[in-house]
Amino acid sequence: MSWLPYAVAIWLFVVGLYGIVTSRHLVHLIICLSVLQSSTYVLLLGIGFRVGAAAPVFVDIPPGTPAVDPVVQALMLTDVVVEVTVTALLLALAVQAHERTGKLDPNQLGIMRG
Amino acid sequence: MKPAARLTLFGVAAATFAAVVGGAAAEIRPNGWYADFVNRVTVPERQITDAVTAVNFDIRGFDTLGEEFIMFASVLGVALLLRRQRDEWNGPPLDRARGRGVPAPSDAIRILTVALVGPVVLFGIYVVVHGQATPGGGFQGGVVLATAPLLIYLAGEYGSLVRLAPRWLVESAEAIGAGGYAVIGAIGMLRSERFLENWLPLGKAGDVFSGGTVALIDLTVGLEVAGGFIVLLLLFLEETLVRRDPA
Repeated sequence: MSWLPYAVAIWLFVVGLYGIVTSRHLVHLIICLSVLQSSTYVLLLGIGFRVGAAAPVFVDIPPGTPAVDPVVQALMLTDVVVEVTVTALLLALAVQAHERTGKLDPNQLGIMRG
Repeated sequence: MKPAARLTLFGVAAATFAAVVGGAAAEIRPNGWYADFVNRVTVPERQITDAVTAVNFDIRGFDTLGEEFIMFASVLGVALLLRRQRDEWNGPPLDRARGRGVPAPSDAIRILTVALVGPVVLFGIYVVVHGQATPGGGFQGGVVLATAPLLIYLAGEYGSLVRLAPRWLVESAEAIGAGGYAVIGAIGMLRSERFLENWLPLGKAGDVFSGGTVALIDLTVGLEVAGGFIVLLLLFLEETLVRRDPA
């Protein structure tokens, strides 16, 4: 098992978090969150991978052939789609924040108003 | 918090995180007995050749129901956030308003996008219904299907888009898709007291009609994902093109 996928996952997480911490634009911040979240995909696929194993689709290979873990693939497949809708929800929040305050810089959105 | 203090805090947190996760990753020894188990039973017991679909819609079907409702709730949240506010009003779409600054799309784009709509819809349906045999299924196919209205919009036909995919239609599709999944699960419970029990004939592995309820669930999920994505598209387009702020 290679250590590379884990290193990439950690790098994506940290670099996404750096983007969120230093972000000066809400849309940029939301994209950074997507980058951060994609680290979970790399991590999951890295855990499920096996050297020399086939894809877990038994159409043209007999059942019982060594195959990679289908469970983590199922996890990330649904997550990819769900993440897009959650991103849309966050973008809608950004649209409303801009409409209310005229600003998109999270540093200037500090004051809450009821 | 001052930017410098924030960066320092981030640096400490990131270094700690990287060290802890890196240390944990070094210890990971995936044993994968569950993966082997799933790979072994998916064809003989469910007649599903795509083990990923078997996990999503049968073996761990209940989890996917939860995932689907996260998506449903997000779309609902966007609809709530982007609803027309009390002081806003709907004007004619900016695409068609006179004196607009946006140039019309070129003929090349119009021809290409209109020609792509048919194949994209066909391909989307193909991906949805073949989920139990080959990689694909409701989630992937639904997203492919949802790109068709986007193509229509890219061709500069906002009016046709709204006529072809009115809000009531796509919202019903989304709701029927989400509800259908739960209903299929409930029917299994009525028959055998187990939620999401596979209660249809399993068919033959590799066929379109295989996997029992999995084929049906693929359809409902495809409907929900396509509906949800088109609702999002319509909401954002309405917010940018039609909605006007009070002058």
